[in-house]
Amino acid sequence: MAQLTWRDLPIAGVVGPDTTPRPRTGGWRTGVRPEARLELCVDCLLCWLYCPDSAIRLDGTAFAGFDYDVCKGCEVCAEVCPTDAIEMVVDDAA
Amino acid sequence: MRPELVAPVPELLTGGQAVAEAMRQIDPDVVPVYPITPQTPIIQGYAAFVAQGRAHGELIDVESEHSAMSAAVGSALAGARTITATSSQGLALMAEIVYIAAAMRAPIVMALGNRALSGPINIHCDHSDSMLIRDSGVIQLFAENAQEAYDLMVMAPRLAEHPDVMLPVLVCQDGFTITHSAEPVELLPDKTVRAFVGEYVLPNPLLDLARPTTQGPFAMPDSYYELRHQQVAALWAALDVFPQLAEEFAAISGRRYAALEPYALDDAERAIVCLGSTGGTVKDVVDELRAEGERVGLLQVRSFRPFPREQVRAALVHVCGVSVLDRADSPGSWPPLYAEVAASLYGTDVYLRSHVYGLGGRDLHPERIRDVFSPEGAPSYLDLKGAPCRV
Repeated sequence: MAQLTWRDLPIAGVVGPDTTPRPRTGGWRTGVRPEARLELCVDCLLCWLYCPDSAIRLDGTAFAGFDYDVCKGCEVCAEVCPTDAIEMVVDDAA
Repeated sequence: MRPELVAPVPELLTGGQAVAEAMRQIDPDVVPVYPITPQTPIIQGYAAFVAQGRAHGELIDVESEHSAMSAAVGSALAGARTITATSSQGLALMAEIVYIAAAMRAPIVMALGNRALSGPINIHCDHSDSMLIRDSGVIQLFAENAQEAYDLMVMAPRLAEHPDVMLPVLVCQDGFTITHSAEPVELLPDKTVRAFVGEYVLPNPLLDLARPTTQGPFAMPDSYYELRHQQVAALWAALDVFPQLAEEFAAISGRRYAALEPYALDDAERAIVCLGSTGGTVKDVVDELRAEGERVGLLQVRSFRPFPREQVRAALVHVCGVSVLDRADSPGSWPPLYAEVAASLYGTDVYLRSHVYGLGGRDLHPERIRDVFSPEGAPSYLDLKGAPCRV
């Protein structure tokens, strides 16, 4: 916004949808990331419910993996998974 | 065949009743209200219309004016045409949100029954409540009588909602002098008002779920200044929009309004500048003095915000002596209207005088206005008991 004049700025500073670049907070991970063992997953979606960063991907009502662009590696999903289908592994990308 | 009688029959209404009628005809979607003298007859009258099924707005009885104004901001931005009303301490309590309403560009219409601010506590008219929110960024129009209060109220939604404006509009009428005094008022037909005000359209209604927006975001030093300047531009735009609206309104009513109303001013040697109902009294005195051969006139300021400063200068630059009547004071400096007029006339040869009058509802009689026009002049504080502390 720094270069925008008063004429360029939206009236009253109203922010429209999809105007902010999607933050890639996954870069904040420090060391570990979740990985799923799909053979153990029962699609209970507790991970989806508890994830503070909306990093659980769904396909309809089925678990469909992690969005590592926003996953901060907090390990909550692994903690709440009732079938131990989520394992924290060393995060090479970090 | 006799031509159809088109002239409406005037009704005997107080300013408060007339504005309540305007609200019924505008038929806003939401009306958050809290009672306060002398505004109460406005919302009471409107509430009666709702109870009778003659008005269809959602009347929200809130617990304070702060809440009334907050609800008004929410509903106006959500996409509902919103009107509220207040006076004095009520406006003082609203003040925080009045600034926010202006900044969020919420086109709320507010009916104000001007009343002195406490303290000492007082219920009668002066303009200190309006002056409290002078710099809030809202539009303030001052009516001279009940007819003007009604007419300006009908025009207010269009001015508030104009795409170049998008600001709250206050229609100010002097407490008791106008709000509670019955006089003949010509109401427009309901259909005419409905057609005139039209539909409420916002560029970014908050309830547009297909295009969600963040409204009222935090503004850092890199954008706050610019967003404030947008309000400056909107206020000045209102000065351009008002004559267009006034033209449209004249077409349906036969009554024409302008930001300034000059009265016998063209060849005037001495003139008064004032706001509100006092203009009516001054007009009477001008008529009397003109009949006696005195070249006196009046410049009635209808739009106090935006203040038509170039027009004020053009209207007064040829007048030898100008006396500005302020129904509010600014302790420790010049009274507000005087300061505006003086700044507008800076560098001219016009001789200026400042007169404060009528605080807390003290009457201003025609004899005193004669004194103001007289060569001897009048004190800087009219009808003050005792000499002013400074002359």
